[in-house]
Order: sequence, then structure tokens, then C-alpha cells
Amino acid sequence: MPTATRTERGALTHPDIEHLGDVNRDILKILARPGKGWWALFGLAAAGVGLFFFSWGEQIYKGIGLSGLNEPVGWGVYITSFVFWVGIAHSGTLISAILFLFRAPWRQAVYRTAEAMTVFAVMTAGLFPLIHVGRVWHAYWLIPYPNSRFLWPNFRSPLVWDVFAVTTYFTVSAVFFFIGTIPDLAAARDGARGLRRKLYQVISMGWRGTDRQWHHFGKAYIFLAALATPLVLSVHSVVSWDFAMAIVPGWHATIFAPYFVAGAIYSGVAMVITLIVPMRKIFGLEAYVTTKHFDALAKLCLLTSLIVLYAYLTEFFMAWYSGEEIERTAFWNRLFGDYWWATWIMLTCNGLVPIMLWFRRIRQSIPALFVISIFVNIGMWFERYVIVVTSLHHEYEPWAWGIYRPSLTEMGILVGSFAWFGFWFLLFTRVLPPVAISELKEVLPPPLRRRPGEAHS
Amino acid sequence: MNEPNTGILAGYEYLDSVVGAIEGLKKAGFKELRAYSPYPEHHIEAAMGYGQSVVRVFALVGGLTGTATGFAFTIFTSMDWPLVTGGKPIVSIPAYVVIAFELTVLFGALATVIGLFINARLPWLKPNVVYDPEFSAGRYGIYVEVPPTRADEARRILTEQEPAELREGTEAPHA
Repeated sequence: MPTATRTERGALTHPDIEHLGDVNRDILKILARPGKGWWALFGLAAAGVGLFFFSWGEQIYKGIGLSGLNEPVGWGVYITSFVFWVGIAHSGTLISAILFLFRAPWRQAVYRTAEAMTVFAVMTAGLFPLIHVGRVWHAYWLIPYPNSRFLWPNFRSPLVWDVFAVTTYFTVSAVFFFIGTIPDLAAARDGARGLRRKLYQVISMGWRGTDRQWHHFGKAYIFLAALATPLVLSVHSVVSWDFAMAIVPGWHATIFAPYFVAGAIYSGVAMVITLIVPMRKIFGLEAYVTTKHFDALAKLCLLTSLIVLYAYLTEFFMAWYSGEEIERTAFWNRLFGDYWWATWIMLTCNGLVPIMLWFRRIRQSIPALFVISIFVNIGMWFERYVIVVTSLHHEYEPWAWGIYRPSLTEMGILVGSFAWFGFWFLLFTRVLPPVAISELKEVLPPPLRRRPGEAHS
Repeated sequence: MNEPNTGILAGYEYLDSVVGAIEGLKKAGFKELRAYSPYPEHHIEAAMGYGQSVVRVFALVGGLTGTATGFAFTIFTSMDWPLVTGGKPIVSIPAYVVIAFELTVLFGALATVIGLFINARLPWLKPNVVYDPEFSAGRYGIYVEVPPTRADEARRILTEQEPAELREGTEAPHA
């Protein structure tokens, strides 16, 4: 007999929702009417996507020489942005899978957004290796397939690991996202009419919410979460090994895998905050995403920022402590060399700014969190820029040092990648319920005829 | 004997009502039961008497297939064209662990989804006759198929819990 009390079911996170059906009404109305603000943002994003494909198209037509990439800096904005976007993706899986396994009750309100962010961020990240290889029509060479010369990829190369890690990550996170959405698509189907109803009928695949469906669904969801959890840790580890497996000073460090994973989650949580603050405002989700949720996200951000700062300090300490001339020079060059500004942006945004999150008043102030989250996003992009560029431009031989300057094409693609991400995210908020309807009901108190504790007749 | 069964669909506003009705029907010996809920409710699952889901077998077999494929594929391709790179052995197991791990997760996840689709009867393409749109909003439901002789008994148990809605209708027996 159900005896759960309001507090046991986590009612305290959503005190203003009275009836289970209210959730459908409040969330599904978001899908029904696009406001002017949405259209304005969508137009902006579409224009940015135009810029993205124009820049990329020009680079395909004229050649990779349009980028600033050359000896000795062969990896630049494209690889920086690849790592940045893969990193953004990570917190989505953290919130949807890891916090699911840990039964964190606050995740329900934000996880659908975070998961959508994951899928679109990996979609964005996945374009950068294709842009970076230059001759994109040969990109399929990355995939192992039986070809006429019996040549296979070198599976000892971390770059090939990365192909497997990122494609697996995209597939699994997309599947996880879609499976979790099916019950909500059925809810959207039941609330819609006409053409939209037909659409939801197809993509909800005839979900009816029977006991049998929920039973297998619940178990499948746990297994998917259990598989996604080590996956998310492995993907950014593999990305970090793209660097750490090479002997470039500034890259060749064993701390890279945990350092990258923490950084990824740090930047991703910040991105979740950046996305949810305007979404909550525009769609009127104040009853669903409360300051308690922001407080929890901010704490996660604070924790990972400390790990990241610790990793920075360890890197500098180890460079000094190793006594190795090359390594010491590389890190001295980071702080005071040609790219000193990038390093100081990184240290300020990722080390200094998050100190404010120690204060509860700031953690619970939504405008403050929004501003901090943007600083974190900037800082984390520059972190990758620092790792990629300052290490390559100043390797072993002084006569092989050089300076890299991002070209206009690279800037166009970088700016366009944010628009590409935003384009998909905006579409998502209009087509799929942006807050998980059925999962939210799990943490609401169930409607009971008799008071809890009363005798069952 | 060959008379068609009667199907009764009841909708409830309250969780304890639906759980009470399921328990009542179970006690009376009705087996053809189906419950609806807008979210996964473990009280209903417990009342229906579920054990472990076979989806876990799909997850395990899929994962192990992925591991085996990962190692087999990398080892086969290295032996197919033996070429020493980086002074490492032709078959470099530690490096291949990464590929095997990724394929474990990939195959495991896809097999889990296949297991879910098979066991939860998805996609369900027949029209939803025995269904109420309220079941995805805030209402719980029970559908029971009974021989005509016992229909009154089942109806009495369902009515005892004060359903918000009670209607009759059968659905072609599903696979």
C-alpha cells in the first residue's frame, strides 16, 4: 500500500505543482505556441548556420590554406572547438545517467535539457574533425572498412580511438535521449491535434504506459545509464589521450584524463545553466526549475572548478619539480609567452570567478549564475586553446617555433558552430517536451484517496 | 466456452485505488490484467508481481559481444597486414582495450534497446482502442479481460475502488 509522504517523494523541490495532469498542461503548452522571442532567436541561429556553412564551403572550395593552420601549429581553433564541444556534451550524460544512478532527486527538472544539449553538442563536435581534415570527401577513411588495398586503421593511434569513442558516444547518447523521451512523446500525442498528433503518433511508437511497458522501460533505462556512465568518463579520457600520448611538452602528462573529464563536466554544467536560465524565463517554468535546482547545479560547478584548478596547479608544479628544461620552459611560456593572455583568461575564468560560488546568495541568484556560467564557457574554450596552441607553437627546437593566428574562416566556423548548436536546441524546445514529464511525476507526491497511515479497507 | 471475453477498462484518479483494484482482481483469480500509469509507479509494479526483466540478458549478451568484437576486429586487422608502428608489438592488447571498451558500450546499449522494443511490444502499430488519453496525464487505469460469466464479479471489484471512469470494450488478442 502506498504510504509515501510528501517529503519522501521529493515534493519539496516542486511545491507549486498540485496535480499530475498540471505537468502535462504546463510543459505541453510550450510546444503549442512559438513566441516572438523564439522566432527572433531562431532567425539569428539560422543566419549563424548560414555563416558556418559559407565559411566551411569556402574552405572546401579554396582549400585548408584559408585557415591559419601551418607548421608548427597544425592544430588550432578546430581542434580546440572539437574538445570544447565534446566537453560541453559531458555534463548532459552526467546529469542524465550518473545522477540517475545516484538517485539525485533534483536532476528530473533539468535532465531533458541537459541530455538534448549532449546530443547537439556531440553533433557540433563531430563536425570539427571533418572540417579539420580539409579534404572532407576523404573523411570516410577514418572508418575501418575492407578496402581494395587491405589497409586497416592503426588501432594503436589515439586518433582512431577517438573515432570509436565519439561515434559510440553520439550513438549511445542519442539512443538514451530518444528512449527517455518516448513516454513524453505519447503525452504530447494525447494532448495534440491534427498534423502534430500524427507526428507524435509516429515518433512515440504507440507507447501506452502499460505496466509491462514501464517494467521493461525502467530496467532498460537503468542498463543504459549504467553503460553511459563509464562511457562518459572514457570519451573525454580518450580525447585527452589525443594529446597525452604525444611527447609534446605541455601535453605528455598522466593527469590529462581526469583533468579533462573534470573540465568537461565543469564546462557542461555551466552550459546547462546558460541554456536553462533563458528557457525558464521564456517558457514560464519557474515552478519546475527552482532556485534549489540552480543551487545544486552551481555546487556541481564549484566542485569541478576546484578539481580543474587543482589540475592547473599540479601541471605547473610538476613542470617545475621535474627539473626538465623543456617542460619548465613550456609552462613558463604559457604564463608569460606569446599567448599569455589566453592563459590568464583561462586562469581567471576557471580559477578565480567560480570562487564566488562558495556563497549561497550567489548560488541562488539566477542573474549572477548566468553571468558566471558565461565566464566559465569562455574560460573553458580558452583552456583548450592554451593546451593546443601554446604547446605546439613552442616545442623542442627553437628554430621550429612559430606563431599561429586564427583566420577569419576559422572565426566564422567557430561562431557558426554556436549557431548550429543553438539551431538544433531551439528546434528541440519546440518539438520535444523540454522538461521530462513522466520522470517529474515520479518525484511528485502521488494522489491518494486515503491519508497515508489510514487503515486500508 | 468459445464465447468472446469481455474487456473492462477502469480509470482511477488515485494511486491507492488502482493498487487496491489490482490486488482485489488478483485475489479473485483474474489473470488477464493490464495496468496503465502516466509514470513508472513501483507500487503498481509490485502489485502486478513483476520479477526481473529479461532486458538484462540483452544488455549482458550485447556487451559481451561488443567486447569480443572489439578484440577480434583489432587483432584480425593487425595480423591481416602486419606492420610495426611505434616499436610496439603487432598485437598491442592495451591499446585495443580502448576499442573493445567502446564497442562493449555500443553493442550493450543497442542490444538493450532491442530488448526493450521486443519485450515492451514497441512499436505498437495497432490503433489504441483500449486506452484513454488521460493515462498519459494524471490518471491510472486497469484493463481486465474476463469470461462473460465472471464479468459482474470483476466489475464489482473495480467499482469498489470508485473509478473515475468505467467502460467496456475488447481488443483483438495481441501477440
